[in-house]
Amino acid sequence: MSDNVVDLPIAGTRKSATDAVVVGAKSTRVKKRLTSRTATIVSLVIAVLWTLPTFGLFVSSFRPAGLITTTGWWTILQNPGFTLDNYKEVLLSTSQSSPQLGAYFVNSLAIAIPATIFPLVIASMAAYAFAWIKFRGSGALFVLIFALQIVPLQLALIPLLQMFTALLRPGQEALHQLIPMIPAQNYLPVWIAHTIFALPLAIFLLHNFISEIPGEVIEAARVDGASHGQVFFRIVLPLAVPALASFAIFQFLWVWNDLLVALIFSGGTQDVAPLTQRLAELTGTRGQDWQRLTAAAFVSLVVPLIVFFSLQRYFVRGLLAGSTKG
Amino acid sequence: MTTADLLGKIIQVVGALAAFSLVIGLVLFLIDRAPKRGRDYWQLAFFIAPALILLGVGLIYPAFRTSLLAFTNSSGKWVGGENFVWMFTQPAALITLGNTLIWVVLVPTVATAIGLGYAVFIDKSRGEKYFKALVFMPMAISFVGAGIIWRFIYDYRVAGNAQIGLLNQIVVWFGGQPVQWLQTTPINTFLLIVVMIWIQTGFAMVILSAAIKGIPTEQVEAAELDGTNAWQRFTNVTLPGIRGSLVVVITTISIATLKVFDIVRTMTAGNFNTSVIANEMYTQAFRAGEQGRGAALAIVLFLMVLPIVIYNVRILRKQREIR
Repeated sequence: MSDNVVDLPIAGTRKSATDAVVVGAKSTRVKKRLTSRTATIVSLVIAVLWTLPTFGLFVSSFRPAGLITTTGWWTILQNPGFTLDNYKEVLLSTSQSSPQLGAYFVNSLAIAIPATIFPLVIASMAAYAFAWIKFRGSGALFVLIFALQIVPLQLALIPLLQMFTALLRPGQEALHQLIPMIPAQNYLPVWIAHTIFALPLAIFLLHNFISEIPGEVIEAARVDGASHGQVFFRIVLPLAVPALASFAIFQFLWVWNDLLVALIFSGGTQDVAPLTQRLAELTGTRGQDWQRLTAAAFVSLVVPLIVFFSLQRYFVRGLLAGSTKG
Repeated sequence: MTTADLLGKIIQVVGALAAFSLVIGLVLFLIDRAPKRGRDYWQLAFFIAPALILLGVGLIYPAFRTSLLAFTNSSGKWVGGENFVWMFTQPAALITLGNTLIWVVLVPTVATAIGLGYAVFIDKSRGEKYFKALVFMPMAISFVGAGIIWRFIYDYRVAGNAQIGLLNQIVVWFGGQPVQWLQTTPINTFLLIVVMIWIQTGFAMVILSAAIKGIPTEQVEAAELDGTNAWQRFTNVTLPGIRGSLVVVITTISIATLKVFDIVRTMTAGNFNTSVIANEMYTQAFRAGEQGRGAALAIVLFLMVLPIVIYNVRILRKQREIR
């Protein structure tokens, strides 16, 4: 199973990255002390420096508003105080002046889940076709899609927005007429935009993996009369689960953490805008409300951090594989 | 958010997912029953058409349109290279370009240097896993979140009051006057760069650490037997052994840095001479209504990224062949 990792575009990383992550499982490697005393001190300093900013914000998010804005968080022992009010405020309060993050949290989820599933399905189908259906021009087409990875999404934003306004908007209005509960400004443009931008990388990565499935397996099924559809669902998808998982996690986090696509395609209202957009807005308009900002930032960090600590192995793989996206 | 709102959102997500799987399932059902003649053709079309249509309409066509837009002004009239002239003559636009260059020089080098040093220092040490997780964690955090975390560090209180920003507190401890860091040019650009370095170091560290573990132990042991010191082993064994990964790390971080947007947007919104190309592109195209300028900036961004990406891809291909 450990050989079934997604084929990373980085030589040497594939095996060793996995090794490094599962190092706990096989502690045969001899542990020695850090190379030298200086090295130990330097690494400790770096580790502390890298953790301190997040830690400071985390501590502050639990301090009462009065204390956050008058004393540094490092004086918490002299100025003790603990409260959950900041979180209650940003998540649950319905007053106009509060961030009302509950709605945006739902939006982030509602954007990220379909925007992960759609490109995953579409890309794995295309990857299967490129790998296992012979047709003229297959190679050239695949190279074209591979090359599309170099197009920064900035290059597509303006015309895409114009197209959405001209073509998608009437459809959204019609849907709103049909089901009033769905606002005219809905998730559709954001989903489509994320799906499009994810495809080149997704097709490339999944193709690398799917094309390495032993040909005999697929040919045997074909000879037995299975259609491409059956082969795809019954054989290819189950075998490609590790690659799918790596890409799914990468894409989910990419969408969750995205700001640019949201700013342009969401419209910025409570109906659609994700957490990142709301946070950016808050720092712009209420940049000194630290009791709100600290808690709000952590609300947005919770999901990525859970993914990070629980699925670190897939997370690293997905991140490495997709590091050039965007 | 009212219950009706929430319900509307759930309906949207569930409905979209249901519609999506229904369409896929239905087409699959139909093509399996397509007339024998040309069935393979239909199946191929089904598998590949959605991706091709989306990419053609959503990426290739818009990229061409943007290239044309770059030569028009805000009212859509053809102005030739005026937008590019603007970019390379106006002081504000020049600052943007200059800042982008500073970013792309500093972030990859510093992040890679720190990441490499850290990877070497913690290699095979006790608790390596935890050391790694700590530095790698910022990678999971959104640029917006990182922006808030660091704005808090750079926060300013008038001298005499208790500082709540760590950086100003340190300045005060050493007897200095607190500074409005993010409003002070040119240091603010470097302080924004620190945020990007903070995020990217973990990436460099993880990849380089993996590469270091890929160096054959015989080489290291042979060097040890020859009586080399740690620094000699590092320059003569480790560095050559990880050259490929080093290039990949530097190019990858360069690409990410050229496209950096969220950090600048969240922390200064490009004010106080901190703007970079990606931020300026957004501001011009979607805030100032200057689509031509925005498109021109997008093209410059593309041209800056292009050589790095091509180089990156060539290195990757070479490594793949060796493997």
